[in-house]
Amino acid sequence: MARLVIDPVTRIEGHMRCEAVVANGKVKDAYSSCTMWRGIEIILKGRDPREAWVFVQRLCGVCTTVHAMASIRAVEDALKIKVPRNADLIRNLIMGNQCVQDHVIHFYHLHALDWVDVVSALKADPAKTSELAKSISPWPNNSTTYFKAVQDKLKAFVERGQLGIFSNGYWGHPAYKLPPEANLMAVAHYLEALDWQKEVIKMMAILGAKNPHPQTFLVGGMAIPIDPESQNGINAGTIAALNKYADMGIEFVEKVYIPDLLAVASFYKDWANYGGNVNFLACGEYPEANGKLWLPAGVIKNKNLKEIYPVDHKKIMEYITRSYYTYSKGEKAGLHPWDGETTPNYTGPKPPYEYLNVDGKYSWGKAPRYEELPMEVGPLARVLVAYASGHKEVKEVADMVMKKLGVGPEALFSTLGRTAARGIIALLTAYKIKDFISELAANIKKGDYTIANTEKWDPKTWPAEAKGMGWHDAPRGALSHYIVIKNKKIENYQMVVPSTWNLSPRDHKGVRGPVEEALVGTPVADSKQPLELLRTIHSFDPCMACGMHIVEVKEE
Amino acid sequence: MDKETIYEGLVRRGVSRRDFLKFCASTAAVLGLSSSYIPQIAEAMEKKEKPVVVWLHFQDCTGCSESVLRATKPTIGQIVLDVVSLEYHETIMAAAGHQAEKSLHDAIHKYKGKYLVVVEGAISTKDGGIYCCIGGRSSVDIMKEVAKDAAAIIAIGTCATYGGIPAAKPNPTGAVGVRDIIKDKPIINLPGCPLNVENFTATVVYFLTFGKLPKTDRLGRPLFAHGILIHDNCERRGYFDTGEFAKKWGDDAHRKGKCLYELGCKGPFTYHNCPTIRWNDGVSWPVMAGHPCVACSEPKFWDDNAPFYAEVTNKDSFFAKASKIGLGAMAVAGLTKKENKE
Repeated sequence: MARLVIDPVTRIEGHMRCEAVVANGKVKDAYSSCTMWRGIEIILKGRDPREAWVFVQRLCGVCTTVHAMASIRAVEDALKIKVPRNADLIRNLIMGNQCVQDHVIHFYHLHALDWVDVVSALKADPAKTSELAKSISPWPNNSTTYFKAVQDKLKAFVERGQLGIFSNGYWGHPAYKLPPEANLMAVAHYLEALDWQKEVIKMMAILGAKNPHPQTFLVGGMAIPIDPESQNGINAGTIAALNKYADMGIEFVEKVYIPDLLAVASFYKDWANYGGNVNFLACGEYPEANGKLWLPAGVIKNKNLKEIYPVDHKKIMEYITRSYYTYSKGEKAGLHPWDGETTPNYTGPKPPYEYLNVDGKYSWGKAPRYEELPMEVGPLARVLVAYASGHKEVKEVADMVMKKLGVGPEALFSTLGRTAARGIIALLTAYKIKDFISELAANIKKGDYTIANTEKWDPKTWPAEAKGMGWHDAPRGALSHYIVIKNKKIENYQMVVPSTWNLSPRDHKGVRGPVEEALVGTPVADSKQPLELLRTIHSFDPCMACGMHIVEVKEE
Repeated sequence: MDKETIYEGLVRRGVSRRDFLKFCASTAAVLGLSSSYIPQIAEAMEKKEKPVVVWLHFQDCTGCSESVLRATKPTIGQIVLDVVSLEYHETIMAAAGHQAEKSLHDAIHKYKGKYLVVVEGAISTKDGGIYCCIGGRSSVDIMKEVAKDAAAIIAIGTCATYGGIPAAKPNPTGAVGVRDIIKDKPIINLPGCPLNVENFTATVVYFLTFGKLPKTDRLGRPLFAHGILIHDNCERRGYFDTGEFAKKWGDDAHRKGKCLYELGCKGPFTYHNCPTIRWNDGVSWPVMAGHPCVACSEPKFWDDNAPFYAEVTNKDSFFAKASKIGLGAMAVAGLTKKENKE
């Protein structure tokens, strides 16, 4: 048996490992495993529920903000705190800004190099690149001189021989399909996006004090005051600055990200055939003034877009049959997160090791299931649920994207669909941010400066026991936190994160998790350079750096 | 082929001489150096080869890498392509798997004794290292191998420096900082949760300009970033001294920018340059925005400085008393200045 080991997979967050079996040029089976554990659930026990968000935000610095959001919502749910509208608006702006910036970074800096051959860009004709760029977008950086300058810089960099982050890439791999001009355009935008991301995120820095890990979240509201007559609160100058960064977001997504996404996707339409799943869950996001969510929640089963089921967190169970934990109720039990247990039980190989024991426990991630089914979460779930629910804005943009690519809704159930859905959400969110700013400005004009509900701030006002949960449809998907409070302290804290759903190992019935399932059937042209697997794995935007093992079975 | 200098790299990427000198000036400012040092910094940038950097991730959240992505002086594009030669960084490198491991091994062999190692995240020591494995190897193993031939190590963020959040009680995985594992190399600690990129850039420039790591306090932190208490540079300090405090979120005092001490601010116990350099290109920092400092650059802040929303009473009775009576007279006498010494 020929064996090939690939480890680590890069351009993702965290530490994760997959082992895949490849036969006859296709992935036959795959195992997804998280290889890092910090025990934050255990660290939280006995602490003040009001500060849980500071701790859990450190789960991830790439999708910073998201765990803080879910945490304060869980505590507010437990203590029955109604948050003032201004706080919801500030939170919406922080979440929206995070989503737009994060999706652009994902496309250019984490995912693009799976589709874009940097070395091929050296062969591009700058004049033709300029023609291509002008044909798809009015973005001003589109002259021959501009692309020539980018190419010259790239050439000098390559000729110097110190390739740094671009060294040892899969350049020249047969699965790369873009012409040199499209590659050059994408490389130019890779560099532009690097400069853009640090600017656009200043919206969060203003409202959150800093990024990453903003620090103005608060159980009951937000800690950044509003006062148009003060230099220390959100004032007219703040509103002007928010609008500036909102416009910067819209412009780049509209004129660079979406045109690039469509241009690149048009060369890779065969990827509508690979990497799909059948069950999806979106928890909905962005509270509106009417109490509803702007993007709807819902569950899709077996690709049936005709029936959207409401989401009920009580139907979530986590299994540990194949995860490095034990449950007091036994190996096959499923536990709702309120009753969740975090008792480590490592039965894997002793490091250094070459392979996991994939027949037994093989991951630090648990296996969450909704009515016993694995669920894909993330931009694709969000788009599918909204599309099937008849959400006007989502339908318009999704139809535009599908029309331009010449594909129907069935193409969405794929790696291509997942990557396109991320662009659709980024564009709509960039627009929506403007509405939230206007509403905040209108509230200030009316004299409403409230930022927090402090009635329950003092723990003396709390019941002896309480439990709550908080949803947040984070950039990477449906996130939920669960808290049990006893005698003013955290009794139990559990988190079911997007990557726990998507990168879940097998469950008590041996059913694969969404990434494992999506990888099955992926073509592999050269098993020494499994670029195609990276495409599907990256399309989920995993929140943990993935060590990946491929086991190649000799063709029989 | 000759290796290019940092300045050549910046010129090649279209950075003007004027912008280059501005970068040198702002770096001198972060380092707390007078403007007379600017020519020395500029000269080093013009003459020194780009340092080779190997970046390791262990028990981390990638927040410190994200923070470095927000660099503005110079930008991350300039840092990655021109200021340093970044040979290994799992979050942004193109290569994966074998090819990624090759990049790591090539770098540590080819630049033996010369490369800088940046470490992000804590190192898990418990149960044979099973809680953090990359490529089937424990974080302790990888740390020791890569440190062996390094010129120096820069530990970034409170996890890599002191264990950080995974080391918070009860430290389920035996998480520690780099200095607990590596004893025979120059190591500088740049804590913060995450670290502030300006302090990272300034440390690299210091190393290039003066050929050594900056002076540190007893916790291994550079004095230019951690020499003075947040409290002593805080824009709200005047209100502490006169005893004017925000009492409730959104009350008049909170809206008017008064002192956050009674809402739990840990600025009086935290050595960090947040008030002077702020975050995200100088946009803001927690106290400026209205939320207390949580002491994120102090070694065991998750335990020693929690609960974050309670006024500290057991820590330093001086401050506890001061908050009640106001500090005017004592401040005038200079009694509250707390300098961090080597």
